[in-house]
Amino acid sequence: MSGSNLASRLWDRIRRRDDFEPDLGWVLDDSRRKWMAEHTSGVTKPDPALVIKNLRRTFGGLTAVDVDHLEIQRGVITALIGPNGAGKTTLFNLLTGFDRPDSGSVLFDGRDIERMRSHVRARKGLVRTFQLTKALTKLSVLENMKLGAKGQVGEGFARSLVPPLWRVQERAIEKRAMELLERFSLAHMASEYAGTLSGGQRKLLEMARALMSRPAVVMLDEPVAGVNPALTQSLLEHVRELPIEGMTVIFVEHDMDVVWDISDWVVVMAEGRVIAEGLAEDIGKNRAVIDAYLGSGQGIENPEEEAP
Amino acid sequence: MALAAIDWGFILIQTVETSLGLEAAVYALAAVGLNVHFGYAGLLNFGQVGFVAMGAYGMGLSVTLWSLNPFLALLVGMGFATVFALILGVPTLRLRGDYLAIVTIAAAEIVRLLARSTTLGEITRGAEGLHGFIGPFRELNPFDPGAEYGIGPVQFPGNQFFAIVVGWAVTAVALVVIWQLMRSPWGRVVKAIREDEDAARALGKNAYWYKLQALILGGVIGGLAGMVQALGKATIQPDSFVPAYTFFFWTVLILGGVGRIWSPVVGAMIFWAMLTFFQGTLTAMVNEGLIPTALMDTSQVSQIRFMLVGVGLALLMVFRPQGIFGSREEMILDVR
Amino acid sequence: MAGVMLLMAAPAIGQSSETVGTRLRHQNEDGERVPVEGVVISVTTTDGSEVGEGATDSEGVFSVPVSGPGVYLVTIDVNTLPAGIRLREPDRTTVEVEVLESRDGRAIFSLISGDAEPMEESGGVSVRRVAQLTTEGVKLGLFLGMAAIGLSLVFGTTGLVNFAHGEMVTWGMLSAYFFNYFGLAGVFGFMAGWWPPLGEGVNLIFAAILAVIVGGATGYLMDRWVLRPLRTRGVSLIAQMVVTIGLSILARYMFLFVFGGNLRFFRDYSAQSALQIWIIEITPKDLITVILSVLILIGVGFFLQRTQTGKAMRAVADNRDLAESSGINVQRVIRIVWIGAGALAGLGGVFIGLAEQLSWLIGFRMLLLIFAGVVLGGLGTAYGALLGCLLVGIGIQLSTLFIPVELKNIGALVVLALVLVVRPQGILGRRERFG
Ligand SMILES: Nc1ncnc2c1ncn2[C@@H]1O[C@H](COP(=O)(O)OP(=O)(O)O)[C@@H](O)[C@H]1O
Ligand SMILES: [Mg+2]
Repeated sequence: MSGSNLASRLWDRIRRRDDFEPDLGWVLDDSRRKWMAEHTSGVTKPDPALVIKNLRRTFGGLTAVDVDHLEIQRGVITALIGPNGAGKTTLFNLLTGFDRPDSGSVLFDGRDIERMRSHVRARKGLVRTFQLTKALTKLSVLENMKLGAKGQVGEGFARSLVPPLWRVQERAIEKRAMELLERFSLAHMASEYAGTLSGGQRKLLEMARALMSRPAVVMLDEPVAGVNPALTQSLLEHVRELPIEGMTVIFVEHDMDVVWDISDWVVVMAEGRVIAEGLAEDIGKNRAVIDAYLGSGQGIENPEEEAP
Repeated sequence: MALAAIDWGFILIQTVETSLGLEAAVYALAAVGLNVHFGYAGLLNFGQVGFVAMGAYGMGLSVTLWSLNPFLALLVGMGFATVFALILGVPTLRLRGDYLAIVTIAAAEIVRLLARSTTLGEITRGAEGLHGFIGPFRELNPFDPGAEYGIGPVQFPGNQFFAIVVGWAVTAVALVVIWQLMRSPWGRVVKAIREDEDAARALGKNAYWYKLQALILGGVIGGLAGMVQALGKATIQPDSFVPAYTFFFWTVLILGGVGRIWSPVVGAMIFWAMLTFFQGTLTAMVNEGLIPTALMDTSQVSQIRFMLVGVGLALLMVFRPQGIFGSREEMILDVR
Repeated sequence: MAGVMLLMAAPAIGQSSETVGTRLRHQNEDGERVPVEGVVISVTTTDGSEVGEGATDSEGVFSVPVSGPGVYLVTIDVNTLPAGIRLREPDRTTVEVEVLESRDGRAIFSLISGDAEPMEESGGVSVRRVAQLTTEGVKLGLFLGMAAIGLSLVFGTTGLVNFAHGEMVTWGMLSAYFFNYFGLAGVFGFMAGWWPPLGEGVNLIFAAILAVIVGGATGYLMDRWVLRPLRTRGVSLIAQMVVTIGLSILARYMFLFVFGGNLRFFRDYSAQSALQIWIIEITPKDLITVILSVLILIGVGFFLQRTQTGKAMRAVADNRDLAESSGINVQRVIRIVWIGAGALAGLGGVFIGLAEQLSWLIGFRMLLLIFAGVVLGGLGTAYGALLGCLLVGIGIQLSTLFIPVELKNIGALVVLALVLVVRPQGILGRRERFG
């Protein structure tokens, strides 16, 4: 509840800023490029969880990410959209430490995390999922879940040899894992190998697993790509609930209906840059233009994995 | 008629002896280490023989050089293997898996070349190998060196029997430790890293550190294999650590089924049974003139043995990567 | 088949009890190889205890029986060499010989014309020695590089580290040896007695050409019958790597079986007197092989840079999926890469054999150095492989200024580990995502 309250206050404030007009119908013509050059810094937010400054990553001659300024508001759902190759996944990699930028910095809760390695960032609460799911196929679904929990005593080498030290904690973790699996309708699969899940179920599992650690920021890279419509609905329900539990959500999605449906704020990227950001409602008003821009047939970036 | 001239009984006894004896124990132990590396942590260690050598030399030198007691010698041997693991792991475990493979195969050969070099000859006794360290260990031998131990026709002299018992006992301890580790959260993380390192890191696990721990653990177990071998043979020879032996261990592991707790033991027994039977038969055939000496002599039988393992490894990897008993569904090793 | 085995095994069969010794021969001005008599040779075990000493006989042979397999040191007394004959490598007065069961150990001293030089430079650092060692290093580096490009391209296009690549090097070397001594009859026994290239040994130059063809064919067969089926079965790269290891062990010990553990030389050009170029000494054969390898490497570079197929190779190495979707026949490119890799490895083997000695194990030793070079230069980049190998070659030779010769290869491998710490992508490699 408090999450959505905060959101509405935030949006009101942002709306009143006169230097910003959400304008999302982007075709990258020359006038747009000119506009981009003039609007290099993003919109400031009242309470950003993440602040990205002058972040650049190039591959050879190709600039995959070049973000001058971007803030991600705490406690709301931010959608990251943009055509294929816009640099969304690369941006995720940079934020989570899976890739190193050429220059620039990322502040998480006001602290520069540039020097933190990926697993440390995850422990600090910056947890992601992958565009191509990474279900640990030779582990059971339950084991996958348990892996997500933070601060496990039994993960130390010496302590792992003394089960009494970790058995109680393990049971608590198992209980929470089962609750989450229940919520994600995977409980019946708990003892199966994750490899036996369908592509959609793997997406669910990966998200549930990420939630095991009670993250501060959840970053979902195309959580519903390749998932069948019925499962998509339940997945989105879960995403929608996350801010209520106090989490900040960033997700990449191509399907405008989905974006419109669940996001509070939308960031549009193209050619590595943030070309616009604004309220989800305003995107809605510009639906037609957005569709033209993204191309209606481009909903799915990767004709993603395989059935089970 | 000529086949009847072959002493099949002798060959069979030898077959049983090696598949229960020192050879199998050493190989089982080395493969247990490899199983930790590859089967559980997914590390491509192509230089396990280097760990075996480090353990053996660590133990031997403790006695010949520093006159330590057997218990300390054991610790030193394990220390040598640990240091070797650190040298290999620290630079490579951040990189793609093939780097570890390249570096381990090279490093194992460095160990052998150094051990047999004249530069270190004062210490390691060069190509001739290390002798004269066995005394303090033999004092611990509860069996009568003059007597023979065993069942029926399969008999081992007391000193040998001691090493065999130690070998299997150490193997048993190692298996219990690994079994416990692998059902703990630690094992869960290690297995997750095998499956997908990025996924583990995204969940806050320090993949590098776990891989290093696994490399050390498996390496130390490999070192123990070297110590058992030294105990049984009473000598440590650099050329008993040629690179190809690493792949004997691999063959053992794949035979038994990668990533299963018992696989190294089962694999080592089958491996040695097959190898000894084959070698015995071939040697007998050469001796009986069934194979003309122009084609090969008995000294070449061991070369054939290497070739056979080479082919066997390649074929196993392609056609039965799950091991000879395993089923494809529960196969840990993802060959697809 | 039996005939093949028989013929190939014949040169390897030794007496039943082992001896250690040497056979000294020297190539005179007419190119004849004449025995060198009366040179004092001593044989010791590695810890220095004496096994035997004596002078070479009229056949240039000296040997003593030894107690069994093991490693022995054979030392030549250079002061007893006849005037006008000296060791090609003045520092190598003692040679380590490995005696295998039922195999004689024979030390090889290469003798050349010229008077022994004063010993002033041994151990010290002089301009002359540095120049000489650098030359040797460039030579080694070029040969390694020639073999390495194939390894690197196979890795680049398929992602596979081919652990059998060293055996492809040995294979080239040994097939040249057999053509050199026996011609095609060395392979097809029934041809014995036919006219040369078929029934008799041919000059090494032809033998080398045949060896390159054999190498290319082997590369083709490796791809066609081993790796392509594995790829189409979807077998993982790790499993493929293990398969190449199995094959390398098979091949290595097959070489030992057929060829024996002794070191050998090609029939032609094995002992040559060195030319003096500025302050550097180099034998004509080394000079020629160095020039040839430079030309060949330039040719390979041209091929990669300019031809349609070469560009396709680089495209596949760069981004396989992209290449495939832009209409490149990836399987064909990989096939050509394998053929080229086999041919170059074979030729590299011939050159290495010509510069040093032939042995069943040399390919594996070289493979470790090639790995060092390839990682140093950047895994998967053809030019990086070459650059890295040159550096490794030069580094190895120059390191002997400071460390014992027997440890020189170890130095290269230590550098390999250091490179991985400092710059894992190598000198020319692209920065990837590393942890
Ligand atoms: N490892 C890499 N090497 C080279 N280019 C890359 C790499 N990763 C991403 N790119 C390039 O960077 C651009 C952005 O890619 P990505 O972040 O995956 O886009 P998105 O997720 O928005 O579709 C693309 O042009 C892609 O080809
Ligand atoms: Mg993406």
